[in-house]
This record gives sequence, structure tokens and C-alpha cells, in this order.
Amino acid sequence: MVRRKIALITASFLLYHSSSAQNNTNPLGEIHGNFEINAQYYNEDTLIGAPPVPEKMLSNAYSNVIYTRGAFTAGIRYESYLNVMQGFDPGYKGAGIAYRFASYTVENLEITVGNYYEQFGSGLVLRAYEEKGLGFDNCFDGVRLKMNPYRGVYLKALVGQQRIYFSKAGLVRGFDGEINFNEFFTGLSEAKTGFILGGSFVSKFQTDDDPALVLPQNVGAWAARFNITRGNFSLYGEYAYKINDPSYDNGYIYKYGDAMLLQANYSKKGLGISLAAKRIDNMSYKSDRDMSGNVLTINYNPVLTKQHTYTTLAMYPYNSQNVGEFCYQADFLYKFRKETPLGGKYGTDVALNFSSAHSLDTTNLNDDTLAMKGYTSDYMKIGDKLYFQDVNIEINKKFSPKLKMTLIYAYQVYNIDILRGKPGYEDIQSHIIVVDVTRKLKDDASIRFQAEHLATQQHNETGDASFAAGLVEWTISEHWFIAAQDVYSYANINPEKSVHYWNATVGYLKGTNRIVLGYGKQRAGIFCVGGVCRYVPASNGITLTVSSSF
Amino acid sequence: MKNMRIFAAGVLAFIALTAFVQTQARKLPSIDVKSTEGKTVSTSKFTNDGKPIVISFWATWCTPCKKELNEIAEVYSDWQKETGVKLIAISIDDSKTSVKVKPYVDSKAWEYEIYLDVNSDFKRAMNVVNVPHTFVLNGSGEIVWETNVYTEGGVEKLHEVIAKVAKGEKIEN
Repeated sequence: MVRRKIALITASFLLYHSSSAQNNTNPLGEIHGNFEINAQYYNEDTLIGAPPVPEKMLSNAYSNVIYTRGAFTAGIRYESYLNVMQGFDPGYKGAGIAYRFASYTVENLEITVGNYYEQFGSGLVLRAYEEKGLGFDNCFDGVRLKMNPYRGVYLKALVGQQRIYFSKAGLVRGFDGEINFNEFFTGLSEAKTGFILGGSFVSKFQTDDDPALVLPQNVGAWAARFNITRGNFSLYGEYAYKINDPSYDNGYIYKYGDAMLLQANYSKKGLGISLAAKRIDNMSYKSDRDMSGNVLTINYNPVLTKQHTYTTLAMYPYNSQNVGEFCYQADFLYKFRKETPLGGKYGTDVALNFSSAHSLDTTNLNDDTLAMKGYTSDYMKIGDKLYFQDVNIEINKKFSPKLKMTLIYAYQVYNIDILRGKPGYEDIQSHIIVVDVTRKLKDDASIRFQAEHLATQQHNETGDASFAAGLVEWTISEHWFIAAQDVYSYANINPEKSVHYWNATVGYLKGTNRIVLGYGKQRAGIFCVGGVCRYVPASNGITLTVSSSF
Repeated sequence: MKNMRIFAAGVLAFIALTAFVQTQARKLPSIDVKSTEGKTVSTSKFTNDGKPIVISFWATWCTPCKKELNEIAEVYSDWQKETGVKLIAISIDDSKTSVKVKPYVDSKAWEYEIYLDVNSDFKRAMNVVNVPHTFVLNGSGEIVWETNVYTEGGVEKLHEVIAKVAKGEKIEN
């Protein structure tokens, strides 16, 4: 480790001294970075199911430092999980340099060595990204080339291993090309219609050391995409195909996988419409076929449901089903103009959203051989199982320069059997109402009230049914805020478990520094960012977050 | 032990270098982002003819970000007349919500320049931890002010900063 650090530092120095890089105003280059720590002190709380934590205090932290000089960039990220906070993968336990890279651009070629993130198209065959809130990071460690050989032509090629905790595994090779016709053909540069075509190929290698099965050692996947824009209209489509890839996730079947994504939108002043549909079939694609969970994933499955931020709306979130799903979504945004009956003095914004996720229509093959294909699926049909549905309307209204309100109603259906693996529970059907009122006080000060209610006849695996929630947030100045929240599970089938999950926070913000201290109870639940979820266990204690950037 | 000493010396030298280079003005890195039409654009090409630029990181799922940008939208044309400022809104929506960016922007009739940073490459290069995060650049393209919080009075504060930058006055973050 130490030797690697020295090598890195030496490398930046050598480059600093020897490089004759073209430069503008910063002959010495620039160094910037950021830092964040999340720490929690845990109390045992048997009522809400918060387990005792032997260490008492746990923390996750990281810091990025990036050096740039002209066309040269190098960076490192130090991460520490001492020890890993509850609800994050315990595999991260430890500390060290988890990410380091150097990158240089000459003319139209960009070379990156070390760690890098990348996405081809919408990510259906390849996406390396990080989501700190989930403890998700599947960055590559290897080499990447990016080239713009001719106007409108963009090429990327990469080879690398993938990050798993503080180690790396697998072997992935990838190529992506994109052509923008309006840039490529000078005659089309002023054309009303914009047209872009793209394609990718990805291959992973893993030796076959299975005593019984004959496994493909190289698994290839490809994707093709288009993007058409004309005036107020745009259409994006992508299709991806993966050869047979027996894995833990698909039960070691030899079926191919494929994915389709279509997105269309139309918009003009005061109006926005977007439609999306997606079909995913057997598309779990990992650097290690025997792995499960959110590690070593090569591709990405974008979830097509609204990303809610209010507590009750996000209580039963959808998580993408890589084994198979059919999803669609529609959004309609409209602004009633000022000085109209519904618009009032300041105008009224209305947002309608509908999303639905279903199983595929599959037929089991019962081909009980060593090389079984598993099942076939019908492209023309949607399966009969509903996984998730969400119909919601959001109204944003400003009454005066000092008073604003948001009103949301949602009806959600959540298949707890499929999405949480809890068979025997009925689908949770909930009606949710959220009211959020902000009143501006003088100068920077404001006060915000939030009231929420989730009504349902069904109960989840911990016995919870309906919830009521409230929040008061007082922004005292641009530097200080305090907030108090209560989430009350008032209809648990076990009356003594009808609990108030309250918490209070105080925050200090100055420049890019942010310090937030909290105390209270956190209910057990699923925390999701974009269809990727982690389970957060119940906890009771003090939390501290400090973040900064320079 | 010897390795440790070399390492410690390296770290010290690194810190010294950091302190030294930090006195230099900070500029935008060169990262590829996409327009809502899918066109690839390098962030190093962001210009505004010697006038200030505001770069605002946001997402369609970020309520405070939308509040802030909607509030600015009401006074944006006044700001432009007064200071010549250009606001560039960088959406960090990824492929699940990036399709919603243009309908949202148009329905709100925002006059900003909009770019998509679908895999957070620009966000990472700018060391942005969370959205909203707003940067103000002076006429020479140097970052002179930044904030990562939205408050009800924040828009007025941003206006003061832009007005000072447009006049060439010094800014304290």
C-alpha cells in the first residue's frame, strides 16, 4: 500500500516537473477535493428491533483529492469504514485508498489509467458508478481510451477489473461508438431533425472451474441505440442482448438475456410529457457469476418509477428486477398560467405520474439437463403478476411571495412477496397524502411544515400498516437550521409495537462546510436510490454528518 | 520504516505543493456532458463573453434544487439585463430520469443552458457531494464563489454575489 502511495505521489511530482503540457493561467496546476463522514452512536432498543452494537459507534468516511494541470489530471480517494455502519455491506470493513487514477488528453485522445467510472448508452450493458448512500461502487481498475477521431464520432474502449470492497475481481473488456449525424455531415448541421446512433460491445471473462457444468468463460453482450430529436419532440431507444450466462442470479440456466428501453418526450412552454417503457429478461450481468447482491455488476437497469423523497411516499419503493420485468411510466407536467382561474396570481404547477411494473409472460421448459434453457418468454405479452404500481398527482402553488405549498396524493401497490421476498403477505395497497407548506420569515429565515399520511389495510412483515408523519423545519439563517420529525406507526397488528419514530436534527452550514447532528429513532426499512436498494435496520442513537469541499 | 519516512516526506511535500497551488485561481475541468438533444459538449468550452457564469448542479428528484432554480427563473431576465450573467444548469439525473429533464425544463419555461451529466463525471470532477451545489465564475472563467445549500433567502444572496462579480469586485466565500 505504502509503496503504491509513494509511486503515486512521485508520479504526480515527476509530471509536475517534467511535463511540458500546454497551459493557460495555472502553471502549477490546481488541487481540489472533498470530504464526508457519517457517524452514528447506537443505543439498543428492543421495542423497535435495534440490535446492540458492540463497537457502540460506527462510521463511514471518504475524501477525494484531485490534481489538475492543463490536460493532466490525477486523483485519489481514501475511504474508511471503521467499522462499517449498520445497513451497509460489512465487506467494506477497513480503510485505505480505494480509488486512484491518472488521465491525460493529447489532441483528441484521452487516456485514463487506474480507476474510472463509465457508462455506455443508458447503461444496459455497461455502467460503472458510485452511490455513496447505498455503499455501491463498481468502478473499474484498468485502462480506458476515449477518442473523437472525426467531428461527430465518439469512441471509447476499456479493459479492467471491478472493485469489490477494498479488492478487485473479474475481467471486463468494452467498446462503445457513437455518431452524431448532424455533426458528421456538415450539410445536416442546421437540419431540424437531430439523429444520433450508437453501439456497444462488452465481454467478461471468468474461468470455468465448475466440476459439473460446462460454463461459458467469455460472456459477450452488445447494445444498439438511437436518439431522434425534432422541435419539441424526442425519442430514444436502446436494445441490448447478452449470450447465455449461467449465474447464481438466474439459477444457472443457459438462456440468453435481453433488454429493451424506449423513451419519448414532448414539451413546450408550460407543458411537458414523457413516456417510457422497458422490458428486461435475464439481464443480471456480473464480473463473477457466483455473486449475488449489489456487487460486481457490469450493467445497469434504470428503474421507471418516480423517485420520491417524502418519507411515506418512499416507504415502499420499487427495486429493479434483473431476472425479468416489464415496466412503463408516463409523466404529464402542466403549468396553469398566471392570472387564469386555476393559475391565480403566480400560476399553479401540476404533475401527474403513472408507473407500473409487471412480471414477464414466461413458459417453463422443464428441460432438466445440465444445459437447461430454463424458460421462454413472450415479447408480445405482459405477465400476470403486478410487482408495483404508483399513480400520483403533485400540485405546487405559490400564494404570496412568502407562502408556498406542495400537495401530493398517491395510490401505490407494492408486491411484498416479490420485492422483499416475503411470501404469504398481501400486496400493500396504500393511499398517501402529503402537505408541505413553507412560510418565509425575514431575511434568510423560513419555517416549513410537512404532514403525511399513509393509509392501508395490509400490514408488512414487521406488522406495520398505516402511518402518520409530521415534520417542522426552521431555517434560522443561511447558516443554521433545526428540524424535528415524527413518523408514527399507529396501526401495528401488535399494539405495543405502534411506535413513534421521532428524531431531531440541527445543522450548521457555511461555505461548502455542512455539519448535521441528529438524535432519534430510525425505523427498519428499505433505502433506495434509483431502483438499487439497501436494507436499513432499526436504530436508536446519535448521528453526525460532516461534509466539505474545496 | 524507511518506506514510512519516504512516505511521510512525500505527504509533507504534497501538502506544501497544495498550499502553493491553491493560491492560483480555479477553473473548470474539461469533462464531456450532453445537451438535451444528445450532443456532446466539453465543460471547458463554457463561455459567456467575459460576463459571469453560474453553474448549478441539480436533479429532477431534488426538491430544494427545483425550488431554487424556479425562484431564479422568475428574476433571471432582470439579472441578465443587469449583469449579463448566464446560468448553466447541470442535471445529474441518470438514465432512469434523464428523459424527464427536458419536459421539466420546458414546462417551467427555464431560459437556462441545460446539460446532462448522466454518470456524474462532471459532478465528481467538481467534488460535488450533494445537490444543490452552485458555483459562480467570473468573466475570466475562474470559480470565485460556491455554496451547497438552498435557503429561502439564498437567491438574493446569489444575486448580490453575481452583481459584485459583474463589477469585478472581490468576493469572500
